[in-house]
Amino acid sequence: MFFETLCNFLAASIVQGTPLLFGATGEILTEKSGNLNLGIPGIMYVGGISSIIGCYFYEHAVADPNPFLCVLIAVLCSILGSLFMALIYCFLTINMQANQNVTGLALTTFGVGLGNFFGASLPRFLGGTVGSIALNATGNAFRAKLPFASSLGIFGETFLSFGFLTYLAVVIALIASLIINRTRVGLNLRSVGESPATADAAGINVKLYKYMSTCIGAVIAGFGGMYFVMDYLGGTWTNNGFGDRGWLAVAIVIFALWKPKSAILSSYLFGGLYICCVYIPGLSSSDKELIKMAPYLVTVLVLIVSSLRKRRENQPPAHLGLHYFREDR
Amino acid sequence: MSSPTKKTREPLFHVVARKNLPLWKQIVFRIAAILLALAFSSLLIVIMTGLNPIEVYKTMFSSSFGSTRKIWTMLEKTAILLCISLAVTPAFKMRFWNLGAEGQVLAGGLACAACMFYIQNSLPSWLLILIMLVCSVAAGMLWSFLPAFFKSRWGTNETLFTLMMNYIAMQLVTFTIAKWVPTGSGTLNILNADTRCGWLPAVNIAGTDQKYFINVLVVFILTILMYVYLKFTKQGYEIAVVGESVNTANYVGINVKKVIIRTVLISGAICGITGFLLVAGDGHTVSTGIASGNGFTAILVSWLSKFNPLIMILSSFLIVFMQRGASGIASTFNMDNSIADIITAIILFFIIGVEFFINYQIVWTARTGKEAEG
Repeated sequence: MFFETLCNFLAASIVQGTPLLFGATGEILTEKSGNLNLGIPGIMYVGGISSIIGCYFYEHAVADPNPFLCVLIAVLCSILGSLFMALIYCFLTINMQANQNVTGLALTTFGVGLGNFFGASLPRFLGGTVGSIALNATGNAFRAKLPFASSLGIFGETFLSFGFLTYLAVVIALIASLIINRTRVGLNLRSVGESPATADAAGINVKLYKYMSTCIGAVIAGFGGMYFVMDYLGGTWTNNGFGDRGWLAVAIVIFALWKPKSAILSSYLFGGLYICCVYIPGLSSSDKELIKMAPYLVTVLVLIVSSLRKRRENQPPAHLGLHYFREDR
Repeated sequence: MSSPTKKTREPLFHVVARKNLPLWKQIVFRIAAILLALAFSSLLIVIMTGLNPIEVYKTMFSSSFGSTRKIWTMLEKTAILLCISLAVTPAFKMRFWNLGAEGQVLAGGLACAACMFYIQNSLPSWLLILIMLVCSVAAGMLWSFLPAFFKSRWGTNETLFTLMMNYIAMQLVTFTIAKWVPTGSGTLNILNADTRCGWLPAVNIAGTDQKYFINVLVVFILTILMYVYLKFTKQGYEIAVVGESVNTANYVGINVKKVIIRTVLISGAICGITGFLLVAGDGHTVSTGIASGNGFTAILVSWLSKFNPLIMILSSFLIVFMQRGASGIASTFNMDNSIADIITAIILFFIIGVEFFINYQIVWTARTGKEAEG
């Protein structure tokens, strides 16, 4: 009984942690270039809603939607939506030298607004009827499990019974870690984040690196939103359903000390903290709320401890949040 | 860079920083940006609703200024946004990114509601209001003290610290409400609804009682005080110096740690006052939504007013007008209310963008390959 609950809890932690992992990996990649993109929560909303919009039109246009096409359309639309947001951010902060925090916050307002607006009014645009969005075909395609998962007993149920995006999240985080730490491109990227002036002098195209990492980071984060609406909610939308998970992803970046590999376990840990109040028996409703505070408290503690220890490999990129203009001294 | 023998492509233009654009030009630029933003966002609404633009503007005006009650609601909302903007400004001017205004307001509001909840009507109303005010300010200060302390001592990243404090405050509010409301509905009823103890009194203006008058008045006074504080006092000057350069501040003998903590405490205290105004003067209850995202919007207001409290009156009024107008359109034409967020963000993007043209100059490369004179 206890073992079963534990397995259920682990599986639930992974489910809750996956959107966070996408968001955190995306934000780590972005921050490595020195861009503190506080628009990530908004981008995740847009990544989710644009995949919904694409599939909504597809599912309503064809009688028998092809699951493979459903997934393809969702992924493409999500990428386009996230790229649109990332380009706003990049253009304002990199070309127009705007302040990153201010731009990011405005972007979050924008993205959350876009998500909720289209989520609530999409059915009205098409048929004039007020209804909710239910994209069953796409939802099922995203939720498709490995066929042999259920035959592997409790292990299969706990670790292999997820939709493909869950594994993609881990793979992307591992690849990101590999690229950042083991390749020339990663080295250049880190140098841009640490000291753009030095990187510029060494002949690295600072703007290009900032653009690329922010755009790719946003696309990855947008997948988190897509995972949430397509896999977790099964192709439906509820306004503000994604909640403050975007900020939690930003918190994980700190918790994982800007390392995508540590982000994997951190995300599952945060996912577990997010959901654990359901699995602890005998909690009153107020205690549950108190436990939900844990992820934020833990992040604050990590922030404090890492600034106390001042180990150089655990610090944020030195030029994080600052703009770079060649003529500045 | 390019040597005469090697053929390199000259960029079409390059960007140079400029200092001291005349003030009138700056103002013209900003007004142009706001007008452009208004035109762009109403174009968007016209496309989505299919109405003519005049109708859209009419609805926007009537939903903000249509009746005395609407005007007062408008003033109240402006006052709250302005108050939080005032709160983040001193910290902001010092380059301390207080993204935690939302949480500090919540902490203040929660403390205020707690006083009302536990004291009820066992004290005279004026005394209760005083206690509420003190508790709110203390709570707001506590919420801002932690990030300030760690920032000044060990350089802990305040942007992320204050951000996390928001969610801690939110969970604290839901926790407290769950404790106070045994039914588990998760919403706290209006406190002292029968005795009105601890409610800020309504003031008779032109024959009708206006319950928002005190809120508006308090924020107006705070605005003037903040302007004077930042512009004409020694402490205000110290804030400016620390913001410009910590090294200079150290060199001239300013105790930077002290200035950081003092300024952020002021920031938290005003956030606490906002929480007090929201609970005692407006909703008379507390929920996680009382600050309704204003903590973030306020940062934008403060930033685009260039930390000038008097300009902030205009900026916050503009933002609230757009939000109210957009939600008016949303309810009239049966659209989702979140259109207000989209419109606000579009305006902000325009205003953020115009800063570039104020601080930088585009120099077009002349066809001959020689640089044009800036």
